[in-house]
Amino acid sequence: MSVPNDLSYTRSHEWARVEGNLVVIGITHYAQDQLGEVVYVELPEVGLGANAGEELGTLESVKAVAEFMSPVAGEVVEVNDRLAEEPNLVNEDPYGDGWLVKISGSLEEDELLDAEAYKELLAEESH
Amino acid sequence: MHPWVGAGPDDRRHLLDELGLDSLERLFATIPQEVCVDRVDLPPGQDEDTVQRALAAVADRNLTLSSHPSFLGAGVYRHIQPSLVDAVLSRAEFFTSYTPYQPEISQGTLQVIFEFQTLICQLTGCEVANASLYDGATSVVEAVLFAHRVLRGKRNRVLVAQTVHPVYRTVLDTYAGAVGLEVVVVPPGSDGRTDPGRLRDEQACCVVVQSPSFLGVVEDLPAIAEAAHASGALAVQVVTEAVSLGILAGGGAFGFDAVCGEAQSFGVAPGFGGPHLGFFACAEKNVRQMPGRLAGETVDEEGRRAFCLTLSTREQHIRRAKATSNICTNQGLMALAATVWLEALGGSGLRDMARSCLARSHELKRRIAELGGGWRLSYPAAPTFNEFLVEGPAGGDELARRLAGDGVLAGVPSRRWGGNWPDGLLIAVTECNRAADLDALVAAMRRVS
Amino acid sequence: MKRRALRDEPLFFELNPRRAARQGHLLPPLDVPDVDPAAALPQTLLRAPVEDFPDLGELEVVQHFHRLSQLNYAVDEGLYPLGSCTMKYNPRINERTARLAGFADLHPLQPDDQVQGALALMWELEQALKAVTGMAGVTLQPAAGAHGELTGILMIRKALEARGDSRSIVLVPDSAHGTNPATASFAGYEAVEIPSAADGTVDLAALAELMDERVAAVMLTVPNTLGVFEHRILEISELVHRRGGFLYLDGANLNAFVGRALVGRMGADAMHINLHKTFSTPHGGGGPGAGPVAVSEALLPHLPVPRVVREGDHFRMLWHDPNSVGAMRGFAGSFLILVRAMTYIKSLGAEGLRELSGVAVLYANLIRHRLRGAYHLRYDAPSLHEVVFDDSIQATRDIHNTDIAKRLLDYGFHPPTMSFPLIVHGALMIEPTESASPEEVTAFCDAMLEIAREVERDPQLVKSAPHDTPVRRVDEVRAARALKVRWRPEDRG
Repeated sequence: MSVPNDLSYTRSHEWARVEGNLVVIGITHYAQDQLGEVVYVELPEVGLGANAGEELGTLESVKAVAEFMSPVAGEVVEVNDRLAEEPNLVNEDPYGDGWLVKISGSLEEDELLDAEAYKELLAEESH
Repeated sequence: MHPWVGAGPDDRRHLLDELGLDSLERLFATIPQEVCVDRVDLPPGQDEDTVQRALAAVADRNLTLSSHPSFLGAGVYRHIQPSLVDAVLSRAEFFTSYTPYQPEISQGTLQVIFEFQTLICQLTGCEVANASLYDGATSVVEAVLFAHRVLRGKRNRVLVAQTVHPVYRTVLDTYAGAVGLEVVVVPPGSDGRTDPGRLRDEQACCVVVQSPSFLGVVEDLPAIAEAAHASGALAVQVVTEAVSLGILAGGGAFGFDAVCGEAQSFGVAPGFGGPHLGFFACAEKNVRQMPGRLAGETVDEEGRRAFCLTLSTREQHIRRAKATSNICTNQGLMALAATVWLEALGGSGLRDMARSCLARSHELKRRIAELGGGWRLSYPAAPTFNEFLVEGPAGGDELARRLAGDGVLAGVPSRRWGGNWPDGLLIAVTECNRAADLDALVAAMRRVS
Repeated sequence: MKRRALRDEPLFFELNPRRAARQGHLLPPLDVPDVDPAAALPQTLLRAPVEDFPDLGELEVVQHFHRLSQLNYAVDEGLYPLGSCTMKYNPRINERTARLAGFADLHPLQPDDQVQGALALMWELEQALKAVTGMAGVTLQPAAGAHGELTGILMIRKALEARGDSRSIVLVPDSAHGTNPATASFAGYEAVEIPSAADGTVDLAALAELMDERVAAVMLTVPNTLGVFEHRILEISELVHRRGGFLYLDGANLNAFVGRALVGRMGADAMHINLHKTFSTPHGGGGPGAGPVAVSEALLPHLPVPRVVREGDHFRMLWHDPNSVGAMRGFAGSFLILVRAMTYIKSLGAEGLRELSGVAVLYANLIRHRLRGAYHLRYDAPSLHEVVFDDSIQATRDIHNTDIAKRLLDYGFHPPTMSFPLIVHGALMIEPTESASPEEVTAFCDAMLEIAREVERDPQLVKSAPHDTPVRRVDEVRAARALKVRWRPEDRG
């Protein structure tokens, strides 16, 4: 399971990366593997305000629907429009082209996991 | 020992031996004694011949629609049933099979659903349709919840024409109360039609009209869609007499966001109220908010065309608490009946049947209008398909009773559930009403006046 | 032995490609003057002719559906061991009685005096279901099990309102069928999960902690989706009632104890009964079903309308009742389904019902005994009419429950249920019902054992199954991504 070192992670398997004054969010390699092939992504409206831990949208596969949460409090500034036609990007490139949402706000580092801590979480979950 | 229990006493002893048990009761040890009984309070079972006779005797205590000239409508209609419909429905491969969750051995069912969905789209003018809902009344509920979801839950009011079937509105009230939606009822005008000008409401998630209405009146669908959209609400058309779609355009042609209702007229017996056949169709952009099951086209591993249930993640067995509806079983066999019926008639047959209904209804209206003796059409200028409201020398209940006494099932009393319209009889005419039926009704009406 | 070749059957819209005039059914001639629709109705409201709604000859239509039917597996073909679906025999006599003109040719709005037979039948079925459940009243309205659940929960909500008590939560075990939480949330409640104990039953300590004055109802299935009876049901109902809540039972698994135990004595306040499961009405490829709900005294005032009432020898359809929860569907019920259930109950009687649950449970335990070892049994607790294995043994060879299911198709059987209970990963939920012969049950077990052996010696054979079905595995991802849910004229190509 790929876990890039330069990202922050949540316990609900989202990743976050700072880009200027925005936070870019997606789901991890582990999460997309669990979900299966993504057939549809429901993204929030630009302008939506969210608190940390609140649902932003959903990802649908053939067998499941999973919510994804915001790791920060802020406002949705941009969503990945490519996912409407190419939801498979979430599976193929979860940390890159498969990004989901850009949200204004700053990361509360103490609320999030670093790569090592996330790897530990994955090790726990597989037992 | 019973024919429907596959293992007899000898078999059971043999199997219990294999399990090392001395009695069947051992297998029920986990059920607390306090809740157990030696037998439930029912009579002993009976052989097939006896049961059949008993039920036939019960059936004989009912007056059937074909036993007398009958003109009952109000949401349930009597139409010709080609004999091949029941022949197909009786195929065990269709009626003893399960929901097609294993597509490899359910292509028959799945393709039928796909054909049904397509036919509903063609007739309603909408882009997508589901595999059926319980009935017309619950389809209205589903349409309202659909509209609520499409607008992301931001509007909690529903505008409903009073001439949507009162039974349907009662069901809507039951559900709306549970989910916290406000239902506002818009009465018809003195011409029997719903005024589009009264359908503008910026708080409404949808505007729901029935056309032809409970009064049989055909509504001004284009104007209604425009009024709804002008306030940012969705427009929903309800259809209770599906054969009307053989002549009248479905709301999809006028930009209605959803067309729903009852397809019982398509090959399903009146059956004293059920099982019937709800349908639902909408625009493709909203397909993910659509309730119910959906069959989709795909391919198998060898590139062969195949069908399977799709977008199941919207349904209860996967989404659980966030499902778009809690429908599980739908009305699969009734959808098959409708598909066979429609394909047996063909496009021309459906149109011809609709024209027959229109012609007979038109003729009856003409003759009633000439009757005098206190009989009159309540809305002589309103366009109708095959159902219309008449008033007579007494109230609706009284008229129905007296005409029934004279051997005619003349219609449904219009004010059974109140409503802003005269107290009379709703008369429905189909291709089943030959000229002799019309003669009988008119003669009986003359005798009442 | 192979079947003969089956042709690929085109879609209806692909037949008669030239759209030549043909006649599928001759309508009676018009014996009144014809009317031009444009003369009777506003021109703008008339439909344009539907393109691509072809006409076919009668035999063409018959053959179309005959060929499609040949692609389906059905109960009449062989065992259909779907857990919690109760795919028992659909007796042919039910089809006869349901087609009697005196039942089928009735309009729901005919005056009561014209339909005394129909009203009497409905009333009699209510009494029979009261006897089967030991409960105080029954509604015949719901069109399916899930619909019955909603009806029951709404009646509970009404009862709480009537005593001025507003509660916001419904408790549902994590092993429950998906309709349970969906129903709760639909009814405006928050569905909260109760964890299962190690033996698969409800964790009573957890329930005691969760059960407070905010909980309107607890929804349980008995036996649960593992086939295990909640043996502490009396403690559960007592706890729920003590804290002012109601107990709702999902009756999907009634086949396990019908004729032997009464839910009324378990403290149930409401239970839906799936007539298309326990009472043999056909599944029809996805309905119609019927889900009558039996209720306790506490919920009796809130039964839906319209419903049948008896006044001496006379029956009446009651349409208005201010205490009623309202109407859950148009009219009083799926009457022709009710006729089938009544036929079934009359045929079996008290002893027959007891007999059938005995054999249903015997067969399930036989399967449990024979397959255990070859397949992993997740929960060791005694099970009744269904047994849940999982694929953990086979998973070591990367074979999962789906693969086993697809391979079973090659053996001529329908697979077991796999999509739940969610608490068992890779589940194979097997419910044989009582209908099959012992030889048929043996054939199923033999097939399952053979597949287990195949997994050992030739896993690829199982992984690539099915081989002998009309279509191979279908691409469900494509179906969802490239959504195509209708035929379009552009498809004519």
